[in-house]
Amino acid sequence: MSIPRLEFRQVTKRFGNRSAGDGREPVITAVTDVSLALAEGEVVSLIGPSGCGKSTLLNLGSGLDMPSAGTVLVDGEEVDGPNSHVAFMLQKDLLLPWRTIRDNVELGQEIQGVAKDSRRSVALELIDKYHLGEFANAYPHQLSGGMRQRAALARTMAMDPDVLLLDEPFSALDAQTKMVLQTDLARTLKDEGKTAFLITHDLVEAVALSDRVLVMSARPGRIIEEIAVEMPDRDKPIARRSHMKMADYISRLMGLLHIGDDIEAA
Amino acid sequence: MTAARQSAALAPAQPRPEAERNCAAATCCAAATVERGPAPTSAAARLGIRLNRRETWLSLLLLAAFLAGWEWGPVLLGIAPYNIPRLSLVVSEGVHLYYNSELVYHAGITCFEVLVGFVLGCLLGAVIGYLLGMSPTTEVVISPYILALQIAPKVAFAPLFILWFGYNITPKILVAVLIVFFPILINVLTSVRTVDPALINLARSFKASRWQIFWKIEFPASMPSLFSGLRIGSTLAVIGVTVGEFVGGNTGLGYLLVQGEGQGNTGAVFAAIILLTLIGIIAYALVILAERRVLRYMPKRDFGDVSMRI
Repeated sequence: MSIPRLEFRQVTKRFGNRSAGDGREPVITAVTDVSLALAEGEVVSLIGPSGCGKSTLLNLGSGLDMPSAGTVLVDGEEVDGPNSHVAFMLQKDLLLPWRTIRDNVELGQEIQGVAKDSRRSVALELIDKYHLGEFANAYPHQLSGGMRQRAALARTMAMDPDVLLLDEPFSALDAQTKMVLQTDLARTLKDEGKTAFLITHDLVEAVALSDRVLVMSARPGRIIEEIAVEMPDRDKPIARRSHMKMADYISRLMGLLHIGDDIEAA
Repeated sequence: MTAARQSAALAPAQPRPEAERNCAAATCCAAATVERGPAPTSAAARLGIRLNRRETWLSLLLLAAFLAGWEWGPVLLGIAPYNIPRLSLVVSEGVHLYYNSELVYHAGITCFEVLVGFVLGCLLGAVIGYLLGMSPTTEVVISPYILALQIAPKVAFAPLFILWFGYNITPKILVAVLIVFFPILINVLTSVRTVDPALINLARSFKASRWQIFWKIEFPASMPSLFSGLRIGSTLAVIGVTVGEFVGGNTGLGYLLVQGEGQGNTGAVFAAIILLTLIGIIAYALVILAERRVLRYMPKRDFGDVSMRI
């Protein structure tokens, strides 16, 4: 197989040991010995208990943070800082309130010095694609939560990244809006052949959107299981939701995460 | 000036109807929709003055009652004109000052001092606020002294400045600069400090330079705080200048006020107070106008002010 798009090699991240050895600051190991690889066009989800270092992995992948040990590679090259091959999208839409939707979508290209005309046409095309055409000149506060998150997706896609890092991008949305946006995302990923690393708490979302699901342990986070999702229709998450295999995957994931254990014990 | 203004200029004056409907549907912004009246055209409308409102008329009625009370109250209650001169006496005293004491000249001097003091104080406060905001180390080193200076009563420096610079307009401007400086500095510093780190990370992920992060994220994000600082500053500038004029020199409304006091001319004192208040109101209104222009991307309810809603 060719070089993975995104690869973590024995990555460990510790926090709070800047003044090493004096013992005043407790050292927190967020993730330990994480190895994973995403092939081109693959969508992989990561689930795990709260505070297991999922978001740390995302910061490492986007180059905003450096690993304490191990290496992060994008297209076989070591990540030593933010780079234009990777773009991220978070639970918070991070739209700038003083910019119109169009100017928000343009932000990344504007920072990278893309000429005004060309970044504008890219922005408008994406805004249309995500059904925000009427709101190109509106300000974020005038949009609903789902529309804002679509605008955030447009801003992410405007960078034409090879790898998308998604950190619970839909967790703040209501159930129906969430399904609509999951479909938008799944189609985009399929059509553009993008590689995506999706961090989520939502087991159904993980299974519905991905080729593989990775399960992480409690802190210090390690990857304890990898499940290949053997269902068709990766671009149709709604169809997958009602697929007969869905329940099996969910119960397996619940078992791995010990969901419900404490209820039975009590 | 900034991306904020750029995008503001590109945006339509009125949000599109679709956006409006959506806004109303999303109950969170219902308040914004309700308050949005017809397109603001005149300066009065932009300040939120609406003559067709019942509250406006009640407010004006209150003013009329106050003025009437001032005119006839002192006579009815038997208060000596030396203590509270009736309104018409204050007005005629003002007219007297106009013809005999170069009132316009003195008012002009005061306006000039307020303007220069305010602008310089704002620039200084904003620049230092942004610099400290971007350099946490410097802030930690300097902040105790800033706090000490902030606690010091700024107007107490007026005699010192007069000793240094003499009986001219410089000391008055300096008092205004000093008194305006702190609220601007504190507001700017706080706002730069409290910018959502996730927004900074977003810009960093686009490989933004430090300068771009400042110019595209931190600076526009600080605008609402900067403007609340400017509002406070605009009224403080008048206080600073007035005290400066009390302490020394022979120009400005503060000087006329002290002179009136020396002559036992209560009417002149009142006239000067009224004019100083007017200058303050104009300064404040100008800041509000600029704020409405720059911050027009914000939902109206976020202005959170009761100002100028007459």
